[in-house]
Parts: sequence; structure tokens; C-alpha cells
Amino acid sequence: MKHTDMLWRAASFAVAASFIGLWQLTANLKLVSPVFLPGPDKAWAALLRGFSTGDLSEKLLGTLEHMIYGWFAASIVGIALGAAIGSSKAMRDYVAPSLELLRPLPVSAIIPVAIALFGLSQGMALFVIAFGAVWPMLLATIHGFAAVEPRLYEVARTLHMSRLAVILKIALPSASPDILAGMRLSLTVALILSVVCEILAGLDGLGHWVLLSARAFRSADLFAGVILLGVVGYVTATAMSIAERHLLRWRTSGH
Amino acid sequence: MIPHGLKPLLLPAVLIAAFEIWTRVTNMQSDSLAPPSAIAAAMIEALSGGELWTATRDTLASTLAGLAIGSAIGLSLGIALGISNVFNRLMEVTIEAIRPIPSIALLPIALIALGFGYRMEIVIVAFACIWPMLILSRAAVGGIEPRLMEVARVLRLTPADRVRKIVIPAALPRIFVAFRLAASIALIVAVTCEIAINPIGLGASIMAAQQALRADLMLAYLIWIGAIGYLLNAGLLFAQASLFGRAALAGGTP
Repeated sequence: MKHTDMLWRAASFAVAASFIGLWQLTANLKLVSPVFLPGPDKAWAALLRGFSTGDLSEKLLGTLEHMIYGWFAASIVGIALGAAIGSSKAMRDYVAPSLELLRPLPVSAIIPVAIALFGLSQGMALFVIAFGAVWPMLLATIHGFAAVEPRLYEVARTLHMSRLAVILKIALPSASPDILAGMRLSLTVALILSVVCEILAGLDGLGHWVLLSARAFRSADLFAGVILLGVVGYVTATAMSIAERHLLRWRTSGH
Repeated sequence: MIPHGLKPLLLPAVLIAAFEIWTRVTNMQSDSLAPPSAIAAAMIEALSGGELWTATRDTLASTLAGLAIGSAIGLSLGIALGISNVFNRLMEVTIEAIRPIPSIALLPIALIALGFGYRMEIVIVAFACIWPMLILSRAAVGGIEPRLMEVARVLRLTPADRVRKIVIPAALPRIFVAFRLAASIALIVAVTCEIAINPIGLGASIMAAQQALRADLMLAYLIWIGAIGYLLNAGLLFAQASLFGRAALAGGTP
């Protein structure tokens, strides 16, 4: 069973490699103008060059910084606010519908407002990223709190637990799968908004890098930046699912 | 006691009133905020002019075109991957490699390849819509009752007939859920493209209002964009409920 899985995986890598080969062939035969489509060899060379001069690693760090700070701020606010709203019936009645109303708003539309408030600055980027990333976590936390097994609350009442203890010991652990799913979704949102903010405000980061490369028609650098952004997306999502599995281990281990 | 139906309205009403009073009392002059009454006035002015409607048309046209192309590609790939286990496993690495690329990162590539306008925006929206459609329709097809597929085999349906007569009807409720998700992503991506680079549509209009320091108009556009997002979502939810009833909510096979 394990053996066939490995074989499938290898075949799947071979398919991906043949797509890259096809891309190389297209570029070599100049079927698409090399101004738009550099070959994978050129993109790879640009990637290595960017890292050896340190330009690209600096931009990569910039993007990671925006993304992680914004996401982290959003996590704290989202979970705290979600816990406050989710653990109170009155808050759920009065506040939650307004939040549901705001949910379909395309979050990037807040960018002009943030620019008007903060200017084209790091603070603006942080605000936008945090604002965008907070929704999935906030709504997931509220939903998770609302779905807690009612008997657990009855137990808490019998034990005379304080509201804070109920939140920390019962509601948060029980809502953690929802919250972690929300955090994973937020990570994607944070990456997209980081790129947008860097493009708009010229902040140091991969978004700025790809835009400048495009303006100068340095397509190999442009593709290097896009590939790196894909890697960032992949690595952060994978790290999040590993963390998720690790944190939720107690649910399946029969405690 | 407040009647139950009014409870959700209380918070927004209080906030709007408080904000209006605060701006009046402090006699606020700002480039970034405006009192609700001024926003309402700007909204009425914009609604009676032509610019807002042109921008709305541009945004919706790009959104819907990108959504149509992206979900068609995503759906056909998703069905093919869901039916054929071999194809699914062979494509695994390729899909895992392309999917995490944030759609907005393609903006500069689309810009130099296609220039400003509808085309670049449609391409990016389509790219963003492929993935939810592909992943969820693959799961929907994979979740079809196996006996239905056995029936198809017994009846010796051709692959095309199998897709048309068995797979699509059985997976349709869940495919529609995927489509609804793709539609909300499409609108977000379209507006984001316009805000970042593309000088058409509502995103460009709200940026223009900001740059002209018209806070009232900017916030009116923000509300308008929110209303469009809300209406799109509500319309699709309504369509889902009336087309599939409870089957869509259960998410399973009918």
C-alpha cells in the first residue's frame, strides 16, 4: 500500500516535471513572446540571482513580516472579540447580525479608507491586513462558541465556574477546530492583502518587487517573485495544517 | 423589551446616530471620514449620476465573465479528477504547486501581457475562481453514491452520458455551493484588481474619490460595493434554496 502510494507520487511529480518541460519548450521556441514568458531556466536563474544578491530575500522577509504581523493581530482581536460575542446571548442577538451583514463586503474596498486614515504607510498595510484577516476568525469563533455542547455549560454551572473559566476551559477548547479553520483561511487572506498593499503603497515586499519587475519588463524577475509568493502560500498553509493536527491531537486520542 | 426583529438593527442605528452627533458636535473637518448625512447625500448624488452605474457595470461584467470562465474550467477539471482516480493522482503535484499562488500576484504578469482593461481582470478573476470550483466539485463527484456509478456501468452509459445523466445531477447541489463561494471570491478579486492597478470599475472609482479627498463619496462607494456583495450573496443563496431546497444544505446526494 505504502509502496504504490510512493509510485503514484513519483508519477505525479513526473507529470508536473513534464509540464515544466512543456513550458521550457514553449519559451525556447518563442511561441509566446519572451517579454511575457521567460523559460523556467531564466526564472530559476533570476530566483538564484535574487537570493545571492540579497534583494529577493529582503523582499521575502518584508512580505512575511506584513503578513504575519497583520495575521497575528487579527488572531488576537478575532478570537477575543469572537469569544466575547459568542459567549453572550445578548451580544449574539445584537451584534452578530451586523457582522454577518459586513461579511460579504469585499475587504479590499477598505483600502482607500485606510489610505485616507493612515496614508501610504506600514500602519495602513497592517490595518488592512488585520481588518481583512479578522473576519474568518471572528465568525468562526462565534460559530464555534454557539455550537458548544450545552451539557458542558450545565457542568460549568454546577461547578460554579466563572465566565472567564468557562471560556478558557470549556468554550475555547471545544471551539478550537472552528477557530483553527478560520485561522487557516485568514492566512490566505493576509497574504493576498499584503501583496495588494505592497503594490499600492510601494512597501518593501514581494508585491512591490513583482510590480517593479513588470514595469521594467524584467519578466524573469517577475516570475521569480510570483513563484516565491506561491512558495510562501504553500509553506504557510502547510505549516498551519501541521500545527492544526498537532493542536487537535487531544480530540482523537480519547481524552 | 425590544421586539426580537428589531434587535439586529439597534447596533447599526446607534452607531450611525452617535457618529452623526459626534461629527456635528466636534464640527469635524476631515479628508478621511464624513458624517452619515453627508455620505447619504453623496450616495444620492452618485446614484443619480452616470459614473457609478458605468463603474458598476464594468465591475460586474469582469466579475461575471471571470466567474463564468473560471468555474467552467474548474468544474470540468473537478469532474474529470473526481471520476478518474488515475488522472486525480497524476495531477496532484501540479495542482498543489499552482494552487497556492495568490491570484493577485498574477496581476503584474497579466498587466504586461494584456495591458489595462477588462481582459487582464477577467483572466485574474478566472484564475481565482478555478480553485474553489475544482476542489469542491472534485469532492462532490467523489462523494456520489457508488451505487449510482454502478448503475451507470450496468447500463453501459458512454462517459459523456455518465457525466450528463448521473454525475452532474447527483453532484449539482454541492457544485452550486462551490459556485456561490467562487462568486464571492470573483467579486473580491475584481474589486481588488481595480483598486490595485486596473483603472476601471468600482475599485478605481473609490480610489479616485479617495485621491480627490472626497471622504463622503469614498464612503458612499464603500457602502455601494458592500451592498453589491450582499445582494450577490443573497441572490445566490435564494437561488440555492429555491433550486435545491434542503438537499443543498445537507450537501449530500439527493
